[in-house]
Amino acid sequence: MEEKDNRQENPIQWLDKNLPQAGELTKVDAWWWLVLLVFLAILALVVFKPDPYARILNFTQDGIVITIVVTISSFVLTMIFGLFCGLGRVSKNRILYGITSIYVEIIRGIPLLVQLLVWYFAFPAIIIQLGTILKIESMQRYLANPVLMAIIGISVCYAAYMAEIVRAGIESLPAGQMEAARSLGMTKTQTMQYVILPQAYRIIMPAIGNEFISLLKDSSLVSVVAVSDLTRRGREFMSTTFMPIETWLMVSLLYLLMTLITTRLTKIIENKTKLVK
Amino acid sequence: MTEPIIQIKDVHKYFKNNIHALRGVSLDIYPGEVIVIIGPSGSGKSTLLRSINNLEEIDFGDITVGGLSVKDHHDINKLRMEVGMVFQQFNLFPHLTVLENITLAQRIVRKRSKKESYQNAMLLLEKVGIPEKAHAYPLQLSGGQQQRVAIARALAMNPKIMLFDEPTSALDPEMIQEVLEVMIQLSKEGITMVVVSHEMGFARAAADRTILMDEGKIVEIASHDELFTNPQEERTRLFLSKIL
Repeated sequence: MEEKDNRQENPIQWLDKNLPQAGELTKVDAWWWLVLLVFLAILALVVFKPDPYARILNFTQDGIVITIVVTISSFVLTMIFGLFCGLGRVSKNRILYGITSIYVEIIRGIPLLVQLLVWYFAFPAIIIQLGTILKIESMQRYLANPVLMAIIGISVCYAAYMAEIVRAGIESLPAGQMEAARSLGMTKTQTMQYVILPQAYRIIMPAIGNEFISLLKDSSLVSVVAVSDLTRRGREFMSTTFMPIETWLMVSLLYLLMTLITTRLTKIIENKTKLVK
Repeated sequence: MTEPIIQIKDVHKYFKNNIHALRGVSLDIYPGEVIVIIGPSGSGKSTLLRSINNLEEIDFGDITVGGLSVKDHHDINKLRMEVGMVFQQFNLFPHLTVLENITLAQRIVRKRSKKESYQNAMLLLEKVGIPEKAHAYPLQLSGGQQQRVAIARALAMNPKIMLFDEPTSALDPEMIQEVLEVMIQLSKEGITMVVVSHEMGFARAAADRTILMDEGKIVEIASHDELFTNPQEERTRLFLSKIL
């Protein structure tokens, strides 16, 4: 009875809600089994062979926290900075367009690892030399915080790629959307806020998810600039115990578990934000 | 004589590829008038229409709407509030429901309350004949229904002028009539309408004046029957012989 009422109200919406999305859900569920499998593998190793696997997990757990902190904070900054640069890339203002374009081109042409080395080694050295020239005491004693420098380095790099994703998302919308909104008397900002960006973000959602997963994996690069992330802690464990196989098996499984979970989460968000067709 | 509500004075428009799209168009449109513009593709009729609310920036000449010039960019949103526009491709916002499409600009541009804008939207949906689709999304509607929502969305701003840019050209033949009926109904209500269309049925039923454009110029202006029964220009005769 209730079902029949729903159908009468809006048959297309009813079908949409009930048919294809049910299929999507079972697909998502199937992939969660892989997540469970990896989790069980880690659990089995820790429980049945606590030496060395429980020791590795114990030793690297603060590294896991650092990896998550670096990943999430970098990602938040990337989104904010990337959005603004993306808007700059579609701006008619020549100065804004010029600055953001140069930024994107330069950053994309330098490897992330090199950029991290610049932020950790070269940037503090520049501050200290400037301090000497300007005779500012505090600048001369500047000491870079490795985690902060790593977050800045990753965000600055990833925001350049994010800017291009944002630009592509905005440009993929038909010009008629902008024209319709403007013809109703909406300002450019209102049009962006209410019409363009809400559609663009749905389109670029899969790409944003990919970026997050890449960022999570690339965060292992910060291990070379004195950040005690999961990778660096793994290397430290290996060099004290000489157990390369066990160490990197465990570290790989931990990364895999994190990326698989994020993939599933982004898929859920993607499905929820799809345009109703 | 009343003041014209739209004054188009010697307007020229060049596109980036140096095409001279409008070559000195002048036209006065009076309040309540229904103008239909016809002409071959590339004749500049859509460009002229889009210049009226500055979707195309004109290069020479001037257009004023209700005393505001399209060249005064500070007032452009004020001008656009008074000028509704309906597009060939509907251009509804696909991420919003029909109701949200119609209320969005009312709320953020006209600053109406949620309740007022919703009531207004429902009245307009009744008027265009699809109140039951208020909570549907645009992509769930047929082309004809989408275009009627687009008309309701433009009307919701209470414009003094409505511009229609080939409103039925993207529709299947059986849906054209439902949109034309709404437009004919509208033309009887005293709103000023400028319509680019080849729907001669609409022109015959509603137009006060029909304008033929060709190569960026106005070739002939006539009351509708005159244009069809007794065209003055050879170009008009040629064009009509092809479309009728």
